[in-house]
Amino acid sequence: MTARRSSPSKPSASGAAAHKAARTSRRGSGTRKPGIATVAELMTHAYAMEAEAAERYAEFADAMEAHNNPEVAELFRKLARIEHLHGEQVLQAMGWATPPPHRGDFRWLGTEAPESGERGELHYLMHPYHALRIAHQNEQRAFDFFGRVARSAGNAAVRKAAAEIEEEEREHVHLIEEWLKRTPQPPSDWAFDPDPPTGVT
Amino acid sequence: MAPTVAGSKPARSLSLAIAGSGGAGVMTAGNMLLEAAARAGLYGLMVRISGPQIRGGEAGALLRFAPQPVESLDDHFDVLIALDWQGVHRLAPEIPLGPHSLIIVDSAQGTPPEAYVRGAARCVELAMKNLSKSVPGSWPNMIALGIAAALLGLPAEAVDAVVKKSLKETSSGSVAASLAAVAAGRAAASDIGASFTLARSAQSAPRWLITGNEAAGLGAIRGGVRFVAAYPITPATEILEWMAPALAQVGGLLVQAEDELASINMVIGASYGGVPALTATAGPGLSLMTEALGLAVAAEVPVVVVDVMRGGPSTGIPAKTEQSDIAIALNGLHGDAPRVVLAPNSIADCIVTTQWAVHLAESLQVPVIVLSDQFMGQSCAVIDASPAVTFTGARLSAAAGTENYRRYADHASGVSPMAIPGTAGLAYTADGLEHDEFGIPSSQAADHHAQLAKRSRKLALADYGPLWADVEGDGDIAVITLGSSTGPVREAVAAARSRGVPARMISIRLLAPPRPAEFASALDGARRVLVVEQNGGAQLYRYLRSQYDMPGDVRSLARPGPLAIRPSEVCRALTQWGNA
Amino acid sequence: MNRARSAAVLEAPAAKDFKSSYKPIWCPGCGDFSVLSSLTKALAMLGLRPENVAVVSGIGCSSRIPAYTTCYGFHGVHGRALATAAGLKLARPELTVVVTGGDGDGYSIGGNHFLHACRRNVDLTYVVMDNHVYGMTKGQPSPTTEPDWDSKLAPGGTGLRTFHPLVIALAAGANFVARTFSGDPNGTADIIAQAIRTPGFSFVEVLSPCVTYRPEQREWKKAVRPAPVAQTDDPARAVRRIMTDDGFNIGVLYSGARKPFQPPIGAGKATAADLERDFAL
Repeated sequence: MTARRSSPSKPSASGAAAHKAARTSRRGSGTRKPGIATVAELMTHAYAMEAEAAERYAEFADAMEAHNNPEVAELFRKLARIEHLHGEQVLQAMGWATPPPHRGDFRWLGTEAPESGERGELHYLMHPYHALRIAHQNEQRAFDFFGRVARSAGNAAVRKAAAEIEEEEREHVHLIEEWLKRTPQPPSDWAFDPDPPTGVT
Repeated sequence: MAPTVAGSKPARSLSLAIAGSGGAGVMTAGNMLLEAAARAGLYGLMVRISGPQIRGGEAGALLRFAPQPVESLDDHFDVLIALDWQGVHRLAPEIPLGPHSLIIVDSAQGTPPEAYVRGAARCVELAMKNLSKSVPGSWPNMIALGIAAALLGLPAEAVDAVVKKSLKETSSGSVAASLAAVAAGRAAASDIGASFTLARSAQSAPRWLITGNEAAGLGAIRGGVRFVAAYPITPATEILEWMAPALAQVGGLLVQAEDELASINMVIGASYGGVPALTATAGPGLSLMTEALGLAVAAEVPVVVVDVMRGGPSTGIPAKTEQSDIAIALNGLHGDAPRVVLAPNSIADCIVTTQWAVHLAESLQVPVIVLSDQFMGQSCAVIDASPAVTFTGARLSAAAGTENYRRYADHASGVSPMAIPGTAGLAYTADGLEHDEFGIPSSQAADHHAQLAKRSRKLALADYGPLWADVEGDGDIAVITLGSSTGPVREAVAAARSRGVPARMISIRLLAPPRPAEFASALDGARRVLVVEQNGGAQLYRYLRSQYDMPGDVRSLARPGPLAIRPSEVCRALTQWGNA
Repeated sequence: MNRARSAAVLEAPAAKDFKSSYKPIWCPGCGDFSVLSSLTKALAMLGLRPENVAVVSGIGCSSRIPAYTTCYGFHGVHGRALATAAGLKLARPELTVVVTGGDGDGYSIGGNHFLHACRRNVDLTYVVMDNHVYGMTKGQPSPTTEPDWDSKLAPGGTGLRTFHPLVIALAAGANFVARTFSGDPNGTADIIAQAIRTPGFSFVEVLSPCVTYRPEQREWKKAVRPAPVAQTDDPARAVRRIMTDDGFNIGVLYSGARKPFQPPIGAGKATAADLERDFAL
C-alpha cells in the first residue's frame, strides 16, 4: 500500500483552472450525471476519495478504541495514514498547495466515495481480517470507479489519467489481498460474547 | 417591601360577607365595595369562595376592612348580606358568625338554617330583590352594595365613582340604574340601625388594588422574566392571564404549552438560551414538573416555578386553599437535588418574593419554587404601592474569549459562569447526566462527588440577607409559620401577648436551603415552639424537625384546608400552652 | 466546552469543524455515525457557525449527538426535546435550532410534544433516527417496531400496529416531511440542509439501523429506494402517498409554505414600572 500515486502524463491544470472546471450539477433523481470532463476534475475526485477514506478509517479507529478493540483500532489508524498519504500524493502530483475546492457534486457510482468504508460493516468484536476485508472492498470499488471513467470519459486525457489510477488501485487491491493471506482468519465464533448487552440509561 | 403590621391585631376591623347564587353578581358587588373602600382611605382584603359550577353556583365575597393593611380573615364575620339561600348553605362553614354578627336576609329568596344563625346577634329582613325590582334595570347585588357601603360609612362619591368606572363599558342605562340601586340600598340600610364606621388612614402613600397572582406576575417581570410557557390550572391561571399582555408590552413572550411537561421544558430551553424564564402552576402540575426540575438542578439552568397551592392530594380541591405542597417542593426531586424554595407570606409579599426568586434563580443557576396559595393568589387586597427593589447580582455569564472554558468549573463559590448560545468558542452541552467540569457525561465517583458538592455548596454559601424570614417580637414561645398562615398567626400572637403570653413569630420565607445559623438566632431564648401550617401532614413541622435543632418543647398546629386558619384557634393554642 | 479541533476563530467552518473531539459511544456499525456526519455536513453547507446552532436532544443513543458536535447542546430528559427546543427558539429566534432523538424518545414518551410541535410550527428541524427499537435500554419494542418482533417485554411481538410518524406529522401540520436512510450520508446531508433552510417545523425521519438489537436492519440498504415521485406541496397528496408507501421511499415527501410560529420577542418597550398602572387606584 505504499505505491506512490504518479502524476498523470499531461501537465496538471493550474489551480485556477481547477476551480473553473468544477462544474455544478444538481443531484436530482432521474437525471444523468454528466461525466468527468477534465483531469483536474478527476484528480479532485481522487483527492476527495482519499480524504474521505482517511476520515472514515479514523472514525472506525475511534469506534474500535472506544470498544476496547485496540488491534483493529491500530489497523484502521494505519489504513487512515495510508489514505492520508495518498491524498498528499494527489496534491503533490497536481501541484496543489491546498485541497481543491468542490461543490459536492461528485460522480461516484454509489452514494458515497468508493474508498469510504461502509459503516454497517463494523462489529465491536471484529478481527483484523474483517477490517482488511472492508479495505479490500474499498479498493475494489475505487478500482471499479476509475475503470469506469477510463472507459467512458469523453476526454482522452481524462481516460488516460483514469487508466493510470485504475492500475494503481489494482495494485492496492492486490496488496490487500496479500495482506489478507498473511492475516489469520477469525474463528467461527468470533462474534460470541458471553455477556449480554448492558442497559445504559 | 409592603409594611408589615408588627405584633398588632387591627385596632378595629370589619368583616363583611355578601353571598348569593345563580348569577346574583356577588363577586362584582364585592369587588366594587373593596375598591370603593380603598378610594375612601381604607385597607381591605377580599376572598372569593364559590361552588364548583363555572357560572350560576353559590358564591361568597368575603371582605375585611381596616385602617391598616389586612392580611387575614377574622374569626367571625360582623355582617352577612345573603341575597338568597340556594346552595349558600354549602358556603356557611367559611362564613362563621359570632355573637355580635348581623345577617341581612331576603326571606323571599330563602333563609339560612336555624343552626347557622344561632348565636348571631341579629337577623334583619330586607327584601332586596323586590327593592331592586322597584328600580328598573337594576340588580339585587347593587342593592347589597349600597347597604354594605352605608354600613361601612363609605362616602357616596367613592361608591358612585367605582360603579361608573366598572360599568362604563355597558349601556349608560345600566349605569344609571345601578347608581339608583346603590342609593336605594343605602337608604334601606338606615332602617337597620347599625354602623361599623372605621377610621380612615391618612392616605399619604399611593395604594394599589391587586391579587396575589397579579403580584407574582409583577414581581417576575420586575425580576427580569421575559419568557413564560405555561398550562392553565386553577388557581394559577390568573398569573398567566395578567402576564400574557404584560410580557408583550415589555418585550417578553408568553406561550400556552400543551401540558405542564412542555411548559417546564420550554422554560428551561428559553433559560438555557439566556432569557430569564418562569412558569406557574398548582400541585398537580408541580408533580408533573419534578423530573424537569431535577434536570434544571443537574444542568444548572435558572428557572422559577410559582406553585399556587390548593387542596390536595391529587386533583383534591382545586378552588380552595391549602399549604400541602411543602413536602413535594422540598423533597420531590429524585437524587440529591438541592434547590431553592420560597414562600411569600402575604399578597403584597408575592411581589418581592417572586422577584427575589428570579434573582436567586439567575444568580445561583438553580430552580426556585415559589409556594404561593389559592388564598393569596385569588384574593384581592388594598396594599401600599410596592416600591421597586433592586437586587444586585444577576446571571454570571461566561465572557467571550475565555480559554479552555469549563461550564461546570468547580469554583469555590460553587457558581460557574454560564455560556450563552451565540457566544463563539464557548459551546457546551448542558446535561442531566452527571458530568465533569466540561459537561462531558461521567460516571466517575470523583466527578459525581465534586458536582454534587458544587451544587450544594453554591446554595449554602449564598448570602440571602434578612429576607429569609420575618422575625417579629420576642418571647418564650416561638410560633413558626409560612405563607398565608402568617396573617392569622400575627394577629394571634398580638392577642396572646395582650393576654400575658409572651410569644414571637417567625414567618419563614426561605424554606430551602436550610439556614441553621439564622434559625438558631431567631429562636434564641425561646423554650417552646409552635409550628402552624395549613395541611394535615404537618409538613413544615416535619421538615423543621429534620433540618434544625429546636429547643425544648415543639408542637404542631397543622390543619388542612379548605377552611382558613383563624387567629383565634392559634391564639387559643398559644394561651393554653402559655398558661400551662 | 465541546472541544473543537481548533481554538482559533473559524472562517467558514467546514463539516469537521462541527464535530467535537468527544468520541461517540455508539456501537460500531450504528447508523447514527452517518447521521452525525450528515448533520455536520449540512450545517457546513449552510454556512452556519457552531456558536449560532443549538442541538437539543432527549434520551437514547441518538440523543447523545449534541456533545459530539461543537454547537451549543442540550441533552435533556426523555421525550421533551421538542419542548425545550421550542422554548429556546422562541426566546432566541436568531439561533438555528436542531432537535435530535430516536423513535422511542420521539414517538412514545415524546408523542404529545411531537403532535404539538408539528401543529405549532416553530422554525425547528427535527431529525429522528428511527431504528424501530429502544437500544439504550436493551432492546424493547418502540412505536415503530413491527408487531411480530419478539422481545423480552413482549414475547411473540406486541401485536400492535406501528406508528406512522410521517403521516401523523403531516396530519398535525408539519411544514416539511422527509425520509432518508443513514446508508446514504450525502443524500441525508442534502435533505437535512433543505429541512433547516425551510422555515417552520421540518421533520426528517432517518432510517438508521441498530446493529446490536436489529442486525437484520443491515438489509435496509437493499430495501430503500428514491421516492418514485417528486416532492409535493399538497398535503392531501402527500398523505395519500405516505400512507401507501412501504416505509422505504426516500426523499422529501412534502414541503409546504406555512408561516412559522414566532411571536415577536424583544419588541415591546414598556418597563415594569409602566405595568403598575393596572393596580393603581
